[in-house]
Amino acid sequence: MAYSDKVLDHYENPRNVGALDKDSKDVGTGMVGAPACGDVMRLQIQVNENDVIEDAKFKTYGCGSAIASSSLLTEWVKGKTLEEATQIKNTDIAEELALPPVKVHCSVLAEDAIKAAINDLKSKRGES
Amino acid sequence: MHLPIYLDYSATTPVDPRVAEKMSECLTLEGNFGNPGSRSHVFGWKAEEAVETARRQVADLLNCDPREIVWTSGATESDNLAIKGVAHFYNKKGKHIITSKIEHKAVLDTCRQLEREGYEVTYLEPDEEGIIQPQAVADAIREDTILVSLMHVNNEIGVINDIEAIGEVTRSKGVLLHVDAAQSAGKVEVDLDRMKVDLMSLSAHKVYGPKGIGALYVRRKPRVRLEAQMHGGGHERGMRSGTLAVHQIVGMGEAFRIAKEEFAEENARIIKLRDMLLGGLQDMEEVHLNGSATQRVAGNLNISFNFVEGESLIMAFKDIAVSSGSACTSASLEPSYVLRALGLNDEMAHSSIRFGIGRFTTEEEIKYVVSHVREAVEKLRELSPLWEMYKEGIDLEQVQWAAH
Repeated sequence: MAYSDKVLDHYENPRNVGALDKDSKDVGTGMVGAPACGDVMRLQIQVNENDVIEDAKFKTYGCGSAIASSSLLTEWVKGKTLEEATQIKNTDIAEELALPPVKVHCSVLAEDAIKAAINDLKSKRGES
Repeated sequence: MHLPIYLDYSATTPVDPRVAEKMSECLTLEGNFGNPGSRSHVFGWKAEEAVETARRQVADLLNCDPREIVWTSGATESDNLAIKGVAHFYNKKGKHIITSKIEHKAVLDTCRQLEREGYEVTYLEPDEEGIIQPQAVADAIREDTILVSLMHVNNEIGVINDIEAIGEVTRSKGVLLHVDAAQSAGKVEVDLDRMKVDLMSLSAHKVYGPKGIGALYVRRKPRVRLEAQMHGGGHERGMRSGTLAVHQIVGMGEAFRIAKEEFAEENARIIKLRDMLLGGLQDMEEVHLNGSATQRVAGNLNISFNFVEGESLIMAFKDIAVSSGSACTSASLEPSYVLRALGLNDEMAHSSIRFGIGRFTTEEEIKYVVSHVREAVEKLRELSPLWEMYKEGIDLEQVQWAAH
């Protein structure tokens, strides 16, 4: 299977790899997927009092497309408000990376990851 | 050293130049192009002679009678002919077949078809080393069992079944034994005079011969009967009709001749390279060899790199051609059924890489592979949340995963 140049670029030079302090009240963590399914994504966002995402970090266990989807996602969410970040759709990610149909689930996982991270932050703030 | 490095010899092998040369002599007007079925002129006679020489070369490697070799298009066809052929011929005797969960799809899918036709199939479980114990075969045989079909060497994990012992079991119980030897002929000793095997599937392209040609060994004493699956001009004593592909057959014959001649030397060289590869990776944390370490074919290493997913590893090995038991390299999204049958959990199956070493692999290549694999595993573990959790001492089995 041939990968798109964008997948290869993110895979070879993944952006924003790492961890944020998961116990900080400004940090939301979303961990989705399962080892048994072959992919686990952990996305963390650091959000200021104006609801703007100041930093994002990820780590992913999974195929090249899963790594690229999460790397791209961290680039996209930085500087966005929580409201804007919720609008990111898996189809946008799949389109940007030109994922083949068999890899679309990687982009779905990325969408799940940002939603989970936002939910985590909101529950820490007592908003949900 | 040429890049990329081919390290997928269990999938297929390049044709040996000596084989290619023999084959090229059987194509053009100046060459041996005739139809071996033509009895009325020298072109036919010469072609027939070449086919019979090749038949003897194949028989020599297996220590059997050339008249027991039936040409087919490859091991898949041989598996189909053996299993369906026996099942249909002996169906009045019984309709029960025994095979294993880790057979090649050519056997499993053929058995599934027979189930649809009303046959009953028992799928034996391998032990955790990947081996089918002769006792398990003995225990599964019933009054109505007509056939046991087991592979000699497993294509994914390279482990070797004790066919000699299994043959003793089946022969004593009056049940036929079919062995898929696509991965073993020329790589593990096969002696059909000693082994009580009734049918054996063979492939040329796993032993430096061409694709599209194989053979089925059909024992004469005691005689094994088959119902033909391909009907036509009655070639191959009625068992497999179709004009014989002389260049392919000559290629397989030459490949088997070389395999016999160079067996000992080649095996020793490949084992040395394999041990070098394993030795270069084994000291890394959480690296596991899948399948028996001792009852194993020379060229195969199947290794799980825990906490790293197989397809992403393959992506990192830009210049190394290997294959993975990970779901992601297949269309099915299911990880390897072979590794799962060994009792590996799904994540270890997802993390597996199959290395296949062969005739043209060099020491220099293995050194390159060791350093690149180590680098790739380290890089991907830095990216892996599972590795981080493992390092923090979190038991991944206890985590509630949001499965999707």
